[in-house]
Amino acid sequence: MRQFLLRRLGFTVLAMIGATALIFFLSRLIGDPRILYMAQGRFSQARWDALGKEMNLDKPLVMQYGIWLTQVVRGDLGRSVANNRKVTDMIRERAGNTLQLGLAGFIFAALFGVPLGVLSAVKRGGMWDYIARTFALLGQAAPPFWLGIMLLLLFAAKLHWLPSATKGDGFAIRNFILPTITIGWLFAAANLRLIRTSMLEVIDSEYVKLARAKGVSSARVIWKHALRNAMIAPLTFMGINLAALVTGSVLTETVFAWPGLGRLSIQAVNNNDFPVLLGTALVFSFIFLAVNFWVDILYAYLDPRIRLS
Amino acid sequence: MASMAGAGRLTDLAAVRRARQAIDFTRRWPVIPVVILSVLAFAAIFAPWVEPQDPLKASLRDRVAPPVWAAGGSSKFLLGADPLGRDLLSRIIRGARVSLTIAAAATAVGLLFGTTLGLVSGYVGGLLDEIIMRLVDISLAIPLIMVALVIVVIVGQSFGILILIIVLFGWTGYTRQVRAQVLSLKELDYVALAKISGASGFRIVFRHILPGVVHILIVLATLNIGSVILTESVLSFLGAGIPPPTPAWGAMVAQGRDYLTDAWWVALFPGLAILVTVVAINFLGDWMRDRFDPRLRQIL
Repeated sequence: MRQFLLRRLGFTVLAMIGATALIFFLSRLIGDPRILYMAQGRFSQARWDALGKEMNLDKPLVMQYGIWLTQVVRGDLGRSVANNRKVTDMIRERAGNTLQLGLAGFIFAALFGVPLGVLSAVKRGGMWDYIARTFALLGQAAPPFWLGIMLLLLFAAKLHWLPSATKGDGFAIRNFILPTITIGWLFAAANLRLIRTSMLEVIDSEYVKLARAKGVSSARVIWKHALRNAMIAPLTFMGINLAALVTGSVLTETVFAWPGLGRLSIQAVNNNDFPVLLGTALVFSFIFLAVNFWVDILYAYLDPRIRLS
Repeated sequence: MASMAGAGRLTDLAAVRRARQAIDFTRRWPVIPVVILSVLAFAAIFAPWVEPQDPLKASLRDRVAPPVWAAGGSSKFLLGADPLGRDLLSRIIRGARVSLTIAAAATAVGLLFGTTLGLVSGYVGGLLDEIIMRLVDISLAIPLIMVALVIVVIVGQSFGILILIIVLFGWTGYTRQVRAQVLSLKELDYVALAKISGASGFRIVFRHILPGVVHILIVLATLNIGSVILTESVLSFLGAGIPPPTPAWGAMVAQGRDYLTDAWWVALFPGLAILVTVVAINFLGDWMRDRFDPRLRQIL
């Protein structure tokens, strides 16, 4: 187990270096990177030269990367081009909102996708199966941003049941409902499909037949014996689904004007605010890698075959 | 009279049989997806002739004109007009051309790139394999949407950049599947015989091993086109896709977001176009998978 942990940790660090190097060298590829850090036409020659010194542009590229990386590790992400605020402060204000939304989406996906997947497999060909498969089809084929906008159209613009946008101050469940469904739908659909497929397989297996034969109740066989094994499949795809969750949070926050990191990054794209965009990209990557690391450990803990191979 | 009634029953039976055959046919062959995709492809190829109006021509007098069946709609705008008074149907048709071109190009590049790496990784093995597989792991382990946004801000929007970004999202699938298949194929006797008879590595890979992975590639590529279209729509929704004023479905939905209360059609129809296209492609891909190799069900 320790060796497994070390290997995963090493990989996580490697991936982080890969991600930062990719972004860093891209920003140097286009020539003078200073233009990315300056609002166009609003700086003096002196400031321009000073920035060159600040960014160590006279040093070799690899050293520049090293210096930049140490700054990032120390938590120095520079200042916004648009309003000259510290990027770390801007991120700190919004990270909580993104995590809340992501967590809500994750819970929705689990509470909705897993039982629906089980029902769909157990009642194969029945009404529940059709409902579940339509839900999964929509989740996988409809663009998430469009689903969100359609939910807004129906429940906010036409029916006036739910607020149309923005989180508002404080915590109110009604503000969470539509964004949660939007961000969680794709994830729930993936869970549903994976659970359905593996449940269909597991239900036919010998140990489930044995459980039935020795007289365990049908509900217990399905929800305890079978589901336990079927749950491993969604875990395997957790990493890929988490990537979808990041994309989902960028999209959902854009649709609902949710004051989180995703919206911040899109505002940075629209303002050409490179330091802010870079900062959010790094923080997103970091959160993502960290969560992935823990998922791997959880996975190895649940399934001994993983850590031993 | 009796014989006529009997004849009537007979034609009834024949009609029932024909209907049953028709249903059977649509079950066995992907008729509906193929019809939908053919219509789309036709519209995309002949877009300039099929469009009722110029998709780029703005007319402020017709801003958010409603669809023909809604109150105040006119036959001038069958699906309504967007906030700049451009015909929505024409823009959706031109958008089909844009989306399908990008999807085809990105799929082709991704297929070529991913397959080559998969073949090399699987056949050569060793350090090269190790490096390629780590690259795959890394690109699965970082949220590519952020990388995509950073690239767009650094180098700007263009057709080539868009293709590059979409390939970045999708190449790993090809590499992994091809590599796995090559690993099992290269142990087979016919490959050993080819080696003994003096075939070069290049020849073995492209002449003897590649044909053994083609069926997987066809299925993978088809299933992948759906997600390529979705990726493109996501990027264009976020303003990181093909630059305006070229119509792209995702950007059209984004435009409709601000007009939900008084012009629902602006956001609804382009999104519906994406949904229908992706559903049709996915059904076709599923059918091909089951047809070519049902075993793939477990991995794809």
